[in-house]
Amino acid sequence: MTADPGPVVCDLPETGPSPDPVLELRHITKRFPGVLANDDVSIAVAPGEVLALLGENGAGKSTLMNVAYGLLAPDAGEVLVDGRVVSVRAPRDAIALGIGMVHQHFMLVEPLTVTENIVLGGEPTSAFGVIDRDVARRRVVELSDRYGLKVEPDARVRDLSVGRQQRVEILKALYRDARILILDEPTAVLTPQEVNELFDIVRELVSEGLAVVIITHKLEEVMAFSDRIVVMRAGRVVGETVPSACDEQSLARMMVGRDVVLRVEKSPHQPGSPLLEVMNLSVLDDRKLPAVRDVSLVVRAGEVVGIAGVDGNGQRELVEAIMGLRRPTQGTITLKGRDITHDNPRRTIAAGVSHVPEDRHRRGLVLDFDLVENVALGDHRRPPFSRYGILDRAKLEQEARRRIAEYDVRTPDEHVAAANLSGGNQQKLVLARELGRDPDVLIAAQPTRGLDVGAIEFVHRRILAERDCGKGVLLVSMELEEVMSLSDRILVMYEGRVVAEFEGGAVTEEELGVFMTGGGRPGAEALGSEGTDA
Amino acid sequence: MRARMPDAVRDSSADPDARREAAEHRFAAEQERVRRAISVATPFISVAIAVLVGSLVILAAGKDPVAAFSAMFRGSFGGVRQIGETLLRATPLVFTGLAVAYGFRSGLFNIGAEGQLFMGGMAAAWVGVMVAGLPWAVSVPVILVAAGLAGAAWAFLPALMKARIGAHEVITTMMFSYIGRYLVSWIIAGPFKDKGAIPQTPMLPGTSQLPRLSDVFTFIEPNRAHLGIVLGVIAAFVVWWILKYTVLGFEARAVGFNPTAAQTGGISVAATTVKSLCISGTLAGLAGAVEVMGVHHRLFDQFSSGFGFTGIAVALLAKNNPIGVIAAAVLFGALSAGAGTMQLDADVSQKVISIIQGVIIFLVGAEMIVTWAVGRLRDRKGGDDAAQ
Ligand SMILES: Nc1ncnc2c1ncn2[C@@H]1O[C@H](COP(=O)(O)OP(=O)(O)OP(=O)(O)O)[C@@H](O)[C@H]1O
Ligand SMILES: [Mg+2]
Repeated sequence: MTADPGPVVCDLPETGPSPDPVLELRHITKRFPGVLANDDVSIAVAPGEVLALLGENGAGKSTLMNVAYGLLAPDAGEVLVDGRVVSVRAPRDAIALGIGMVHQHFMLVEPLTVTENIVLGGEPTSAFGVIDRDVARRRVVELSDRYGLKVEPDARVRDLSVGRQQRVEILKALYRDARILILDEPTAVLTPQEVNELFDIVRELVSEGLAVVIITHKLEEVMAFSDRIVVMRAGRVVGETVPSACDEQSLARMMVGRDVVLRVEKSPHQPGSPLLEVMNLSVLDDRKLPAVRDVSLVVRAGEVVGIAGVDGNGQRELVEAIMGLRRPTQGTITLKGRDITHDNPRRTIAAGVSHVPEDRHRRGLVLDFDLVENVALGDHRRPPFSRYGILDRAKLEQEARRRIAEYDVRTPDEHVAAANLSGGNQQKLVLARELGRDPDVLIAAQPTRGLDVGAIEFVHRRILAERDCGKGVLLVSMELEEVMSLSDRILVMYEGRVVAEFEGGAVTEEELGVFMTGGGRPGAEALGSEGTDA
Repeated sequence: MRARMPDAVRDSSADPDARREAAEHRFAAEQERVRRAISVATPFISVAIAVLVGSLVILAAGKDPVAAFSAMFRGSFGGVRQIGETLLRATPLVFTGLAVAYGFRSGLFNIGAEGQLFMGGMAAAWVGVMVAGLPWAVSVPVILVAAGLAGAAWAFLPALMKARIGAHEVITTMMFSYIGRYLVSWIIAGPFKDKGAIPQTPMLPGTSQLPRLSDVFTFIEPNRAHLGIVLGVIAAFVVWWILKYTVLGFEARAVGFNPTAAQTGGISVAATTVKSLCISGTLAGLAGAVEVMGVHHRLFDQFSSGFGFTGIAVALLAKNNPIGVIAAAVLFGALSAGAGTMQLDADVSQKVISIIQGVIIFLVGAEMIVTWAVGRLRDRKGGDDAAQ
């Protein structure tokens, strides 16, 4: 890597900046302690245009968009809306200017209903300032009809799938008359079908004259849905192109500055003895409804077992039960022949099981802890990290530095709070802790969520390396690509049951898709993403 | 180690670009230091605003605020005797402040420190009499341990209720606080009442008392400050060490910040809750003990002027930093010690002190207001700079 990535040549037809940008950022510079997150960045987006913002983890994409949305004050540079310099000092100002943003991590009030969330802050009030629920509800229904954004206006947000929650976020922006919509990694948490629905919505919005900026790490989406692509690296814009002038390989190269293997090679499957065995397991979800129903599976030494399935079909509860985070109602879990069904998480971790949780903010990290303490979490009771209840801070710091370097966590130093890392680097930190522990069994849920293509390649290689040296891996992923390229065996979960099992490589994405939506089972009704709600 | 900083962001080399960046990183680090300084400054700014509000009130009452505050300062720091009085009043607040702060760090609001303090005071008064005849070096530690245990015991049931059935500690510790207070009232009026008409416990023997500092170090002018303040400072450093260097403190903080992630990392949230609330109770119990052993040498109904509650303000002002608790406790001690002088010399009602305390609590509680105000000031200044 060189100090200055320089402009990257991608033989692109001279498109130039669009004639009348509705939103323009000029010479934005934003520093954080030890990090130049945005270094003289200028971008513009026109009405009716989808601009894709690409770049490796920590490149400064979220920072740039947070500046546009008034969440961060730039150290230098200006924001222009409709060609006029505006002052965006808070999201309030951005909203007034017609800028809406859906964040990498949603910001909804979970116990409230969809309607309440959407109108929050801009409630229609009757006399005496009382919220007029009927008016609010009518407007929400109107909007959702107009843009084809189907939502249940009276459902509580906490009961919705992630895809639905995202629609609520988008509706919230539209409700405030957004003309510019910023989506920060909107597809990271969506199923393939939800992704398609999202892009239908985006097309609809764009045809109505909205400008859309999308941050994503998924190159095929960029190729399929964007009008223009801006690539950032290390805080700078390093290239601009259009999909017709590029392919995924060249985009990847532009992002990380080297050739990226988008699909890693795998050695032949040589399974050993069983490491993790799950027998007739049944687990309830938070609402005490059956989430996992009579599931049995085996993970052997030297193999990756993939679990494919639409989010919310019991995968999370299955993983949590294995880790001792959730009590099964029936069945047994054994690790290397020892019954761990009723072990608590500490014992399960100590027995050699690592766990990459799907939600890094809720489960994976203590955001207020620094990197050292986050790396320690889970191992903090064991030597050499602690002895007789006393932490060995020097050892911890040394280990943290080693893992940060090995997993390429981009950070000024190991003493910053995990909250200050970019989304992808937070994920790398979780992986550095869980893989760095050298477990016998790795349970990885959405391990590459939010990672850039270079980091995904690295993590895939690491997972396969674990497998090749005789570890067992249980991989839960919504990315069919990922499941198919890494797994030696693939199980499909639907409504809490394992409905199909395939040898890796002996199945197509379409076949998996059929089973994932309940199609493979005669008489099964296709409930899709609503899963266990039924 | 520091030299790695820029490297992590981008490979640095000898070219001018990299050097410019290195300079920029230093600049940014400087900025962050300023930002952090503001956060550290918030308590001081809050105190300053509180003094200002107090001055306005004094003015409105037709008195001289300068005279009032200088009288108050004389009354709290004007001489060895006054400083001793300030420390005396700060002593229980150090312990209750630590108690509340430790709870907060673990995500628990121990609002019932007052009750734990009463139980600790009761244990000290009782055990202190029981161990009469033992040498000082034995009896004092024994009493302290007993008082700590009593405080912990009084926090244990609320802790268990929280861990087992999720009963909120704000309700349960508060309830236990009332139960504890009335229980103590009954004990000192009945089973453990001293001879005579006044409901109070018998006097502690000398070997069960905490001596005055001026009695131990005879070169100090006589004053009422006792060994309890030294114990308080030691306790603050122990709490700081526990939080930073022990598995116990690590787990407490993890649970305080994010119980779900803590649980995922193998930490038992229930066990940590119980441990943390008991440690908090121990510290509150010690507050009662030092007050009994160092000041009154016996227990009576009014021996605490709400130290458990003032401890909440102390913890807030200290931002739950154990070392900061010492400073915050001394400030509250000084306010209380200087109030009398202010009333006598400047003819300003002691009630002004309550106003100042109230404003401090309000401002620290609503830190965002202060941060916002400071941000506005800085912005305006930045704007001016840019205009030049
Ligand atoms: N609040 C903050 N405090 C300190 N540093 C920050 C903060 N927010 C971001 N950074 C740093 O700024 C850089 C850019 O972060 P940003 O979140 O913009 O990256 P990103 O391009 O969105 O990456 P990702 O793809 O991983 O989400 C990172 O190095 C990050 O550590
Ligand atoms: Mg980001």
